[in-house]
This record gives sequence, C-alpha cells and structure tokens, in this order.
Amino acid sequence: MTETVTAAADPGTDGAPLLSARQVTMRFGGLVAVDKVDFDVYPREIMGLIGPNGAGKTTFFNCLTGLYKPTSGRVVFDGAVLPPKPGKVVRAGVARTFQNIRLFANMTALENVMVGRYCRTSSGPMTSIIRGPKFRREEAATRERAAELLDFVGLPDVSENLARNLPYGDQRRLEIARALATDPKLLLLDEPTAGMNPQETRQAEELIFKIRDSGLAVITIEHDMRFIFNLCDRVLCLVQGRPLVLGTPEEVQSDPRVIEAYIGTGAEAQRTLDSDPDSDPEGGADA
Amino acid sequence: MIPGIPIEVRRRFETPARIVALVCGVIIAASAYLPWAYGSDALDDVTYLGGPSFIQFIALGMGLVLAGLCVCSMRWPRGFGRIRIGWIRGARSLGVGLLVAFAVILAAISVELGGTINIVYGGWIGFAAALIAFVATRFLIPEGRPNLNRLGTPGWLSILAIAGVMLVMLFVAYYALDQSNPGTFVTFLVYVGVGVAVLLRTGALGWLTAATSVHRRVMLLAAFVVAFLFPFTQGGSDANMSIAAQVLIFAATAMGLNIVVGLAGLLDLGYIAFLGSGAFVAAMLSGTAMATLDIHPPFPVTMLISGCVAATLGLVIGSPTLRVSGDYLAIITLAFGEIFRLSMNNLDGTDGPDLTHGSRGISDTGELSLFGFNFGQTHTVAGLEIGRFANYYFLLLLWLVVVILIFTRLNNSRIGRGWIAIREDEKAAEAMGVNVFGLKLFAFASGAFLAGVAGAIKAHVDISVTPDSYVFLQSSFLLAAVVLGGMGTVLGVLIGATLLQLMPEKLRFVNEYRLMFFGLLLVIMMRFRPEGIIASERRQLEFHDEDEELAERLDEGNVDASRGAVAVEGAAR
Repeated sequence: MTETVTAAADPGTDGAPLLSARQVTMRFGGLVAVDKVDFDVYPREIMGLIGPNGAGKTTFFNCLTGLYKPTSGRVVFDGAVLPPKPGKVVRAGVARTFQNIRLFANMTALENVMVGRYCRTSSGPMTSIIRGPKFRREEAATRERAAELLDFVGLPDVSENLARNLPYGDQRRLEIARALATDPKLLLLDEPTAGMNPQETRQAEELIFKIRDSGLAVITIEHDMRFIFNLCDRVLCLVQGRPLVLGTPEEVQSDPRVIEAYIGTGAEAQRTLDSDPDSDPEGGADA
Repeated sequence: MIPGIPIEVRRRFETPARIVALVCGVIIAASAYLPWAYGSDALDDVTYLGGPSFIQFIALGMGLVLAGLCVCSMRWPRGFGRIRIGWIRGARSLGVGLLVAFAVILAAISVELGGTINIVYGGWIGFAAALIAFVATRFLIPEGRPNLNRLGTPGWLSILAIAGVMLVMLFVAYYALDQSNPGTFVTFLVYVGVGVAVLLRTGALGWLTAATSVHRRVMLLAAFVVAFLFPFTQGGSDANMSIAAQVLIFAATAMGLNIVVGLAGLLDLGYIAFLGSGAFVAAMLSGTAMATLDIHPPFPVTMLISGCVAATLGLVIGSPTLRVSGDYLAIITLAFGEIFRLSMNNLDGTDGPDLTHGSRGISDTGELSLFGFNFGQTHTVAGLEIGRFANYYFLLLLWLVVVILIFTRLNNSRIGRGWIAIREDEKAAEAMGVNVFGLKLFAFASGAFLAGVAGAIKAHVDISVTPDSYVFLQSSFLLAAVVLGGMGTVLGVLIGATLLQLMPEKLRFVNEYRLMFFGLLLVIMMRFRPEGIIASERRQLEFHDEDEELAERLDEGNVDASRGAVAVEGAAR
C-alpha cells in the first residue's frame, strides 16, 4: 500500500506499529462478519474505518477491544498479543467508546470519569475502610485527573450533573473523557458524531485532533464522510467483512469500488457522493 | 395514588375547602377531650371526658397543626421572602394521615373491645372530621416545591435541632417498645409516619437535613449516644432489651446484605446461611459442654474465625456462580441456603463428623466474658441496672457501628464506584477496566464476613443455635428489610430492619399472619414507592426512569446545595 503524506502532523508509517491486526476473522456460525482483515495503526495516527451497514466495523472493533475473541488471526498491541478480556485490553492501553452511548446514567459526570480511573488505581478494601494515606492520595489524584479530563474535553462546568441529564453532544464528550481516564495509548471511537449537528461535529473533530496531539493514536468508525476525510490520516473501507481499500482519504474517496459499495454504480452515484456526503442512506445503525 | 380532582373544580372550591379543613382540624383537636370508647382496655384508655390520653393528645396536636397549616397558607401563601414553605402540601398529607390514623384507632377499638358498638361519639366525631378534612384537603392546590433547605441556619440552631431530633427519637423508641397494647403501638406507628410525611411535605425535613448535614459528625455521634443511652431507660428489664438485641442483630445482618444487594446489585436469597455459619462456628468453638470442637479461642478470635468461615463460604458459592446473573444467581443462592440448612441438620455424627448435633443444634453456647466483664450477669452502672440483654446490646451496637462504617466507606471509594458502575451497565464497566468479577466476588465475601461475625454474637445472645432458625424465611425477611427500607442506604435499611423485627414482637396478631402482612406490605410498597422508605438518589432514578423532573431536581440539588443536602440522601448517609 502506498502512503502519501497528509496535511496534519504526519505520524509516518515507519517504525513499529502500535497495533497490528493480522488476518483477523470473526465468524458467527455460518456468518463471516469479519474476514481476514490486516490492519496497522501507528502511534499518533488517526485511522478511519468506514463501510456500509453490516460491513462488520463494530464487530471488528469488538475484536480489538476483547469483547469478542477472533475466530482466527491475532491482534498485537504494543508488542504483545491482546488477550480477549476487555479488562486486560484496557489495562494494556486500548480504550473505547460505544456506538450507542453507554454511560453510567445515574452517576455524575465526574464519577463517570472517576470510574475510568479504576484500572489505574489500586486502593484495596482495607485502606478504603480505614481511609489510609494511600486511599486519600489516590482518591485526590483520581478526582483531580477526572476534573482535568472533563476540562480537556470541554465539560468543565457539568461535573456534578448526572450523566443522563447532559445534552447528547456532551454525553459523547463525557464518554470520551471516561475512555481517556484509563490512560490509553489507542482510543477507539465508535461513531463519535452520530446524531450530532454540524457544529458539534466540528467540535468533535477539534477534540479528536487535540487527543491525537496529546500523543494518542485514534481509530474511528464513522458514516459522515466529510468528517472522516477531514480527520483521518488513513482510511480502511470494509465491505461485507472484507477489507476493500486501505489508503489516504484522497485515495479512498476516489476509489470507484468504495463508491460502488456505498451507493451502487453510475454517474448519479458519483455526484451524490461528491456533493452531499452527509445524506448517505446508511446514516443509521451499524451491524 | 388518590384520584385527583380536576384543577378547575379545585380552583372554584379552594377557599371554602380551606375553611372546612381548618374547622375540621379544630374539631379533631376538640374531639380529643371527648371519650372515644366505652371500655378502658382499648388503646391507652380513651374513655375519659375532658382528660385526653397520650394517643388523644397527639390527635389533638395534629388537628391543631392542620388548622395552623390552613391559616398559614392563607396568611403567607408565598412563604417568607425567597423561602417557600409547603403549607398545603403538608395539609394534604396530614389530611390523608389523620384519616388513616382515625381508621386505625376505630378499628383498634372495635377489635379490642369486640365490635363497633364500643366506639363512643367522640371517636365518631373525630373520624367524621378527619374524613371531611381529607376530602377538603383534596380540593386544595399544592404550591411549588418548598425550598426550606436553602435557609441559612446558625450553628447553635443546628446543634439544637440535632439534639431535638435525637430526643424525639429516643422517646419514640422508648414509647414504642413500652407498649403492650397492639392498638396503641400501631396507632403510634401511624402517628410517627404521618409526622415524618408532614415534615417532608412542608419542607421542614429538607431544612432539618440541610441544617444537620453541616454537622454530620455531631449528628452521627448524637445518634450513637442516644442508642447507647437507650438501655438505661429500661430500668434493668430484659423484656424490651432482648427485642432490641434481636433488632440489632437483624439490622447488622441486613446491612451486610445491603452491600450485596444494594451496592453490587446481586440478588442473594440464601444470605441467612452466612449468619448461620457464623453462629455455628462460634457455638462449636464456645468451649461449653455442648461445643463440638475442643478448641476455645478468646471471643475476638472466634468472631474473626466465624467471619472468615462465612467469607470463605461466600467465595466458594460465589466464584462458580457469579458468572451467571439475575434470576439464575438468585436460584443458586436459594439452593445454597437450603444446602446449608440440610448440612447443619445432618452433621450429627451419623454420617461424617458430629459438628452440630443435628436438628437439636448446640443448645448451650455459654455466656460471653470479655476482659473480665461477664455478659450474663446484671451490672449496676451509676445506680442503673444493666441486664444480660443490655450487655449484649452494647456489644451489638458497637458491631453495628463498625458495619455501618465499613458499608459507607466502601460505598464512597473506588470499590463503591466500581459496584455502582457494574449495576448501571456491566458491559460498559468491564470495557472501562473495572474488575467486574473480582468486585462481585468481593461484595459477596465481605457481605458474608459481616454476617458471619454478627452470627458469632447471635450464638451467644440466643444461647442455643439450631438449624431451623436459619431457614429461607429468614433470608427473605432480611431481603424484605433491605428492599423495604431502601436498597443502598444506611438509614433506610436500619428502619426496615427495625420495622420487620419489631412488628412481630409487638403485635401478636401480626405474628400469626406475618407472612401475609409482610407480603401485602411489600406489594403495596412496590406499587407506590419501589425505591423503599428511604431512597438513595440513584436507586430512585433507576425505578423512576422516565421521571425527568426528578432527575433534574437531583441535579439541581447536587449543584447548589453541596454534597448530600438533598433531603433523603443526606439523611441516608
């Protein structure tokens, strides 16, 4: 695959990849949801994952985060094979958000982020009960870091609000803050702008750039083509579980196979994709 | 709950309804001076003309409060300055409360003396006035939510309020336990409930919690002191203290279950097995002639061993089963409870070792003796006699304080946050790195440990330990106490445990039908207040998922009245 230099601070694809998936396959009975996907993500890179509905994007995500154990193939993260346990994957440094927001609805925004710190703290029951020095130190640090992260994603004023009462866009940000609280090296965003208005989408874009600039790699699933092509350094297009094209946004955008997969063939389709990518017919849920 | 009257109708009749309610309040107050019954055996002797009994005096007070609320709602409909007070809200709940109270009073008179014929005109007048007052208050339009909790309170007043609350609580406990007449007991309970409801609805409870939450430590200390002083009001009598000791055992055990059910959200139907295992271990190690093991460590060590054995059982039952959730887990724990009972019945030496003497149990566990203090003897402190059960009461009280401390501190820690996260969304919690399995297991083990230690003390309080006192029914009572009181709260579970343990003791007629009675109580609670008597904020939201107003109000409370000033939660902590 040829690699061109993109506009944003180029991460470069030389050096060791942060995450590399080799021949990852996920089969549910007779259905092959993900079929032999090869995939590398390098540090400080924003990777896009696109594809029509049912292409297996979220399933692939679940394979990367330990929710599913791939039927065959393997995922290597930071030099070690990722165990198929979500908890261990998080500790290794892969955090994610969910396509349909899964916050702890009845906890405050701050508490949500503090839960994200769980895997990076270790106060046991004993020190918690006697309120020992370790507990107090960790609790203060957790609280401080959580407030910092809320500030980072642009939610400094809502820390005491219940998550369920936040506006939709803020809930998405909060979910990102919660994921960041686990100190990840790689952040997986499952449709981070679904249901957002153009302004919120722009803010989300800025936030993702900011996250990348702080040293993280990001993989994002998205249906909003303008968003993807603005944001990503490289884009992988999945169709029916198979990788179709992997390349820079320009390459993918102009690849006739991608257009065909999304809309069908013909000049009409070409025009639709170029002029109005927002109104793609598969704006809804993904498999 | 009660069908509402269309708002237009209410508007038209509001003023006359208010006057009717006012008059009825005065009539109820006056009826206290009239005789209510022919015979002196009903209630606390309500036969005198012009000499109200205690029960009648409270009715008098409530009637006057109703009249007062009506007057105030006309005089200061918008409260004082920024402060709004729920006059009409209070009047409406008092209307319901008075009707219920009088219904209970008349029912008690009829049952205790044999027929409604025994009710004298005073009772009928009071009841009629309560009925009319109830209807009249339905026509009143409640004002906005009271915000008395925003009222600034000087420190001395808060302390005074705490002292007042504690005195009232001590009196309530003393009076309720002192009643041998079931009618009086129930009526008094209704009065207490009505009083709390009115305080809550007018916003006074909000003020009280806001004022006392500033001095939470003082409040907790005062509560402890009151509980500590309670045995001194009993004059060395063991009758009430044995009930109080059982209440404390029940409460401490329910608090352990509260960790499992209330915090981690795991349904455990076999919890009594952990209490039982603690009791049996303590009995086996007690060193009496009946003890089956020839080891008798000092009691603190026995307590620890009992707790650890129970915790081990918790781990053993937990580790293979916690992978299932919900109904499946409930069934497995239910089976575990049965296995425990059957094992205890069969470890009688016929097959296997003789550990429990089978169904006869270990019938003598001996008295505790700690640091030369014999719990079995009556001691005299400052001229006041402290009997056997009072001694154990002190020990149990100490243990309950430890349990509450453990509960609240775990709740407000990384571990507690993990539990709540698991309860809210297990998948998301796992994806955020929360050790789901470990935390669930820890909830199970720590709950079991607390129950095990409580069991060790219970073995000595009860003197004998038999398998049939640790049966499924007890597990369900514990669960009922937690659910009824309010899952995940401290105060709620204490209240729930007290109610469930006290009622069968004080009400013989309830004891016979207690299953029916508790079942009915639970059904009614689940219909009208699924979050329990005291609701933790989060639980409240889980049960009223669609209630956006509630969610926003809690939010508001979070923001402007720093931590815990929201009435219920503040009290619960």
